[in-house]
Parts: sequence; structure tokens; C-alpha cells
Amino acid sequence: MIEEQKVINIEIKDLLSQTRDFFNSGHRLVQIGCTKLPECLEINYSFDKEHHFINLKIKLVDLNVEVPSVSNIYWCAFLYENEIHDLFGVKFKDIALDYKGNFYRTSVKRGFNPQNEQP
Amino acid sequence: MKIFVMAKKVLTSLCARPATFRYPLVPKTYYKNTRGSITIDINRCIYCGMCQRKCPAQAILVTKADKEWKIDRLRCVSCGYCVELCPVKCLSMKNTYSASTQIREEEAFRRA
Amino acid sequence: MNSPKRTIIPFGPQHPVLPEPIHLDLVVEDEKVIEAIPSLGFIHRGLERLVEKRDFIDFVYVAERICGICSFIHGLTYCIAIEEIMQIEVPKRANYLRLIWSELSRIHSHLLWLGLMADGFGFEALFMHTWRLREKILDIIEETTGGRIIFGSAKIGGVRKDISSEKLAQILEKLKNYAQEIREITNVFINDSSVKHRLVGVGVLSKEDAYILGAVGPTLRASGVGLDTRKLGYAAYKEIDFEPIIETAGDSYSRCLVRIREIFQSIEIIKQAAGKIEPGAIEVKVTGTPNGEFFARTEQPRGEVIYYAKADGSRFLQRLRVRTPTFANVPAMVKLLPGCQLADVPILVLTIDPCISCTER
Repeated sequence: MIEEQKVINIEIKDLLSQTRDFFNSGHRLVQIGCTKLPECLEINYSFDKEHHFINLKIKLVDLNVEVPSVSNIYWCAFLYENEIHDLFGVKFKDIALDYKGNFYRTSVKRGFNPQNEQP
Repeated sequence: MKIFVMAKKVLTSLCARPATFRYPLVPKTYYKNTRGSITIDINRCIYCGMCQRKCPAQAILVTKADKEWKIDRLRCVSCGYCVELCPVKCLSMKNTYSASTQIREEEAFRRA
Repeated sequence: MNSPKRTIIPFGPQHPVLPEPIHLDLVVEDEKVIEAIPSLGFIHRGLERLVEKRDFIDFVYVAERICGICSFIHGLTYCIAIEEIMQIEVPKRANYLRLIWSELSRIHSHLLWLGLMADGFGFEALFMHTWRLREKILDIIEETTGGRIIFGSAKIGGVRKDISSEKLAQILEKLKNYAQEIREITNVFINDSSVKHRLVGVGVLSKEDAYILGAVGPTLRASGVGLDTRKLGYAAYKEIDFEPIIETAGDSYSRCLVRIREIFQSIEIIKQAAGKIEPGAIEVKVTGTPNGEFFARTEQPRGEVIYYAKADGSRFLQRLRVRTPTFANVPAMVKLLPGCQLADVPILVLTIDPCISCTER
């Protein structure tokens, strides 16, 4: 085992307050990634402080639910959120720099979730 | 602040032999390990199609009925996975590259 | 006095200093950049989704071809992710070989970057000499793995090729000589006044900004933050004695210095590893299928790379996500640009060592 990786499952409504806690305690945002599972979409928010890795995980069952953007806390999150919006069709609320679906110029829209399936 | 730090190097390379060589007049030396191009000993091939299924670049086409093994040299990425997988070890990796070409054509091997 | 008129100048996707497509909309006032808005996604390949159609063992080859420069470490990180999920113990010798190849690829990548940098500010002779030296490193790589830049030697459970101890001694001897030559060339970057004129004080990224913008690799370390993912101790790094290289000025010159010092550090690490490597097996047999998830993190020449693998026990992974270092460095780059001169934009874009093919995986 290279490192311990803590994964915390949280609700969407707690996302902003949890992220702000990480911001205040000096964590950096490592990545935001989305995973398509048969029954839902999972979004992973990874944080790191001095090589201690913590991951917040939210589950998104309904694609019409808007996920609050963390880009107003961690500005760099706008890239990840635009990416997830373009590849999976997840809606984010108040992205600091919103490309409105023009971040990836792919010929297939929502390439990672092509049917835009409602789980 | 120094200036002309590079000058000595430039002057020495002016007198030295060029760092490049005149390919193709001087042939390139290949290493024993160099992954160049795939060859097949077609007479030992059992046409199982394992190489075709596993090829990351989908460069290989095996037709069992015609006893034919085809490779698209321009697609092949010379990873050597087929060599590793081949159950009868009839595939091998040469350490020289395939010849350059102007047309896209599959190279076919048939049992003699 | 009227405020100067603002103009938007498009930069890229085709630009002489960038072999790869990234686009920036530069808002300029006279010659001064006020704001920069990046666009990516010109060559997005969707490789992450290919994992649903390729067996997890075969996918190493695809992972390695995500990028042409940090290829080995891409493959290695994918292997680490799968090995951690399947709890495979990699033999010690394989770990050392992985380390040696990682460091060789770091040397060649940094030399490549130094060359591109010299080309970027118009020092053609320096560019050619740097790449002449890089070619010698590539020869070592080709001799040991068979490929010049796509090593193809990482596999799940170990490595494919071995380096004999005689060969290792030869490599050390060669590296010792090359270090001398590399020193001659890098001294030009460090001391020459014309080079310094272009780099010192240009594009300063403060320590706090660099950290909170999520910058990684040399971009982060040049701003004084000592984060190096190698310190996690993957491969054999936990048995190697080294410290992350830190510069504090945060300008283009210190980003250049960090990379130069890392070249020599890498040579030093290879020397240490060669002294500690023991004979033994180079791979273990892999049976079964992965089930679980893991975030594998390693240090590429450009910074920290993350591979997130999620598997459900079948031969095909459910999800593979790759967060490449350039993707993390783009926000830092965007924050660097405001306030600089238009003529410095190419240099500043180059200083984060952008690798767009990584980013557009």
C-alpha cells in the first residue's frame, strides 16, 4: 500500500461547506472527476495536504439537479467542472468561468454519457 | 552578468565533426532490443487470431479460411504485445524498421 | 487622459512556439496583457473511455501512448493503480528498474523542455545543443527498453525488460560523462545575460497563488512549495535519499533553474538506485480481476499525475480518469499572464511545460 486514501461520502448540500473547510485548513484541490455508474453518476473531489489524500464523493441520481460549483472557493476548479459538464452533461451552478458547453470542441456532445441517460 | 557564455561551445563545435551523420549513406545502428518491426514465420502460425484481438492499434488481420496473416505497417505501433502473446511463438520482433512507403497497403503473408 | 483601447488578440491554436493546439484569447491594452482566457479541447481523444472496451491488462499500451514524452510514467501510474486495487506486490528489482526508467525519462523530458525554451526565445544554437544531448539519453533508453520514447517496459505486476549489471555500470559511466556536457549547456541558461534578460522577473507566481491554484511539478516548486509526489515512495523512491528541489523567486528563471537542477538530481538518483538494486525476479504473475478503486499518484517531469481507476470485478474497468499535470497547471498559466508584455506570452506559456496531448487524453 503506497498511501492511505480516505473516501468520504457526502450529500450534495454539504459539498460547499465541506470544501470551504478544506480550503481553510490549507488543503489544495487535486482533482475533480466524474464516474458513470449504471445507477448514478459519482463525482470525486480530491484534496491533499502534505501528501495526505482525502476524497469527497457525491452521488448524482438526477441529471437535472444542479451541483453547486466549488470554483468560487478553488478558482482552478472551473476547468474540471467545465470538463465534467461537457463530457457527462452534469449541470453546475455559478462556475467562475463558464464556457457553457464550449470547453471541449468534440463532435459528439456528452461523449462520456452519450444517451444522456437519466439513471 | 556574463555575456557570450555560449561562445566557447560554438567555436569548438565549429571545428568539431557534425553531431549528425549522413543517413542513409551512413546506416543507422540498431540496438539488440530495438523494437523495429514484426515478422512472422507463417508456416508455424495456427491462425488463432489472438494477435488480432489484442493488438492495441488493430493493425493485424488474421483470416483462418484463407490461411492468411496481414499487417498494416502504418498502423502498427511496434509494441510487441503480439510477440508476447503468440501461443506458438511464430511472431518475432526485428530490430530494423520496415521500409518507408508512399501507399497504405497491408502486408500479407500466406502459407506456402 | 483616455484609457487605452482594449483589443483581443487570439493566440494559437497554431503558434510557432507550440507544436500542440491550445488557444488563448488575450485581452491587451497597448502591449500589456490584461486577461487571458484559455480554450482546450481541439484534439480531445476520449482515451479514458476506451478502457470500457479494452481488457485492463492490454490497456497499459494505450495508457503509455497518452503522451509521447512522459510515456513511461503514464504506463507506470496505470500499473500502480491496478496493482494497488489487486494488491499485487511488485518485486523489488522491478521497482528499482521502474525508478531508473522514470528518472531517465525525466532527464530527457527536461532536456527537451530546455531546448524548446531556447527555441522559444530565439537561441537556436542552444536549442540544438540541448537536443544533441537529449539524443544521447534517448540512446540509453532505446538500448535498455527497445523504444526511444515509448518505452513499453511497464506491465502490471512488474516490468518487461531487465537491465544487466554490466549494462547498468555502462549507463552510469555514460551518465557521468553526459553530466559534464549537460553542465556546459545548462551554464548558458544559468549565466548568459541574454537568456537572463528574457527570464528573470518575468511571470512571477507567488507561493500562495501557486499552491491554491493547484499548480504541480516544477511550476509549483519554483514558487517555493516543496511538494514532490516522489516523496510518497511509490516504486523504489522510499529507499532513495533525495529532497525536492525548491526555488523561491517564482519567475520564469526559477522554473528553468528547478528543471536544470532536477536533471542532475535524476542522475544522482539513478546512481543511488544502481548501488541498491539487487538481483531477483522482475515480474509476478497476475491472476484474477480488479475490484475496487484507487487514486494512483506519481511525479511526471511536468508534475503530479493522477490515475483514478474504478473496477467492478470484470475484465473491463468501469472508469479510468487521468488528471495530467498540464491540466492542473493551466489555471496557474492563466494567472501568470495578466500584466506581462505580449512578446513574453510564448515564453510564459512554455514555462509551465505544456503538454497538450496529455491534457487532451
